[in-house]
Amino acid sequence: MIEPLLANTDVLVIGSGAAGMYAAIEAARSGCQVMLIDRSLIGRGGATVMAQMTVAVALGSQAPDHWSHHYHDTLMAGRGLCNESLARLLCEEGPACIEEMDTWGVGWARKDGRITAAFAPGHDRPRCVYVDFLKTGPAVSKTLRSVVNKTTGISRSGDLCIVDLTKSDGVVTGAVAWHVSSGAPVVISAKATIVATGGLTRLYRRNSGSANMGGDGYAICLRAGAPLIDMEFVQFFPIGHLAPRLIGMDPIMWDPFRYKLGGRLLNGRMEEFTQNYGVPEDGRYIITRDVGTYAILKEVEASRGSPHGGAYLSFQHCSEAALREAFGPVIDRLAKNHIDLTKMPIEVAPIAHYHMGGVAANAHMETEVPGLLVAGEAVGGANGANRLSGNAITEALVFGRQAGRTAAARVKAMRTSVPPDARETLDLLRGEERKDMPNTAEMLEALQAIMADDVGPLRTQTKLERALSRIDQIDAALGARPFGVAAPFDLTRLDWLDLRNMVMVARVVAQAALLRTESRGAHQREDLPGMLPEWRVNQVVRLKDGCIEISRMPAAPIEVAAQ
Amino acid sequence: MSEIAILKIWRGPDKTAGCFESYEVPYEPGQSVLDGLRWIRVHKDPTLAFRYSCINANACKECMMEIDGETIYACTTRLEPRNMTVEPLGNKKLVRDLVTEIAPPQERLRQK
Repeated sequence: MIEPLLANTDVLVIGSGAAGMYAAIEAARSGCQVMLIDRSLIGRGGATVMAQMTVAVALGSQAPDHWSHHYHDTLMAGRGLCNESLARLLCEEGPACIEEMDTWGVGWARKDGRITAAFAPGHDRPRCVYVDFLKTGPAVSKTLRSVVNKTTGISRSGDLCIVDLTKSDGVVTGAVAWHVSSGAPVVISAKATIVATGGLTRLYRRNSGSANMGGDGYAICLRAGAPLIDMEFVQFFPIGHLAPRLIGMDPIMWDPFRYKLGGRLLNGRMEEFTQNYGVPEDGRYIITRDVGTYAILKEVEASRGSPHGGAYLSFQHCSEAALREAFGPVIDRLAKNHIDLTKMPIEVAPIAHYHMGGVAANAHMETEVPGLLVAGEAVGGANGANRLSGNAITEALVFGRQAGRTAAARVKAMRTSVPPDARETLDLLRGEERKDMPNTAEMLEALQAIMADDVGPLRTQTKLERALSRIDQIDAALGARPFGVAAPFDLTRLDWLDLRNMVMVARVVAQAALLRTESRGAHQREDLPGMLPEWRVNQVVRLKDGCIEISRMPAAPIEVAAQ
Repeated sequence: MSEIAILKIWRGPDKTAGCFESYEVPYEPGQSVLDGLRWIRVHKDPTLAFRYSCINANACKECMMEIDGETIYACTTRLEPRNMTVEPLGNKKLVRDLVTEIAPPQERLRQK
């Protein structure tokens, strides 16, 4: 057993996407010592860096806008399930964060000196700022990373995978991590802990997130006693790239093309079809993510899909000059992949993209457990049953800043920190007998297949029950003791630690989906079509004696924002 | 007969203790070398260590290594149906197999 390393800080921030970095900056500039950690490298992984274009915010820089309009659109997209205080915070404080990012030099696209806003589906007006070309996520990550570097009081460490939070007398006191590049356990003592670990896209075979987002934040919070909410609502992005195969390109890259140029979505017979699902697009881009996903999958089911099982997206009506003006160097990268958009359509299909569910929190980002805060996609509830385009980066920034602020206030009010009780987790990491089989990478792929095939956008009782029994089989094969050894970059051990969390979260998603006997937003039950008024409830997940318990809580009444 | 790519990969915990091992990977046009490395973990050996986060988007910049002697990203290098040599970065401290210490020193764990 390698002796555990010890660390001590005021505020521990887990995850270094936009939410984690903004939280670290805010806590540090309020006078706290901050430790910012990530299981990969600082500021490179997670979902932020993968964002292609839109950030929704009522700046009113080009045309008049007000946060209440953005709020109204967010509530409508959420199909009646949004946590209104979280949705309101996102919309109301979005402009301040976007403006601060501007002063930090993120480089929002401008025209005549004013920040430009694109129109995105579900919004009542152009409201989405961006960085050209397809650079929004990398620019946001890079900007925050350089501010983090310049801010006094933030220590940073990559390669730290959190195994579990520590608790004493009902209060979260820090965490135990596994240091991936040395194999050593690390006990981190903190007065406040912020979980900013993003979502669960890695549970699905085809996904648009980073490989390090397997719902670990949900699992560690659940085990620490914090409830989760809305876990059945996984957002699929309808037009993820499908074919021909590309390298060095993000699978959600076609969204910006649609924002700027419209484009035509066609079935395998080269016919437009979205009008048959209630949304005639006529060359515009107005179909929301839940409806778009449903429409494409239904066409495929009716044997009207494209050759690889999706739909065609065509920009053949656009001139080479128009494409070049809208996308500059991206056109050359496509040419290297043998794609000429003036001559051919590409194929797209739904891809796991974002999780509406997450850890239940109030508008201060506090969970039910003292000392434990959340930020960004890890937070559940702001987006209800379906997220509006562009709200993810905004929520990362706003919720991150808010969590940093709340954590700093907690630290100031505390005299001494409580020493963490890390015995149980250290014991878990003590397994010394090397075990490399069954193959953890293969188990991970099997879990992704189960989720994609049976807990995807279109669900039935039969599929969900089959998924739950297959998840049980993987859980049994995983056992209670870690595979691999405590050695540098032992991926078998890292996979085991990941699978422990992924299996728990997969089961939570499938169980919540089985219990919700209606169809709403991103949760479509083919055996139970239609939204039911009695299901205007949020499902709340808790862990009791190691078992998942799901209860219902009435959703907040829709109070439509002032027009 | 379907084509194969042969990846000759450095395996070992440091530069003095290790050797090259060869793996045959089924070749499909359009794959990246990173796709090939991921295939090896699932079908041959889950202990093969390499860094990546964003899979194939070239956003995280974690999968830099030496492929046929050239310093390049595994996610933007096409897998080809021939022998390809894959090594860790020569100018960085080796952690294991293809993983090197690429984070700036101030972004690594320091003991108090």
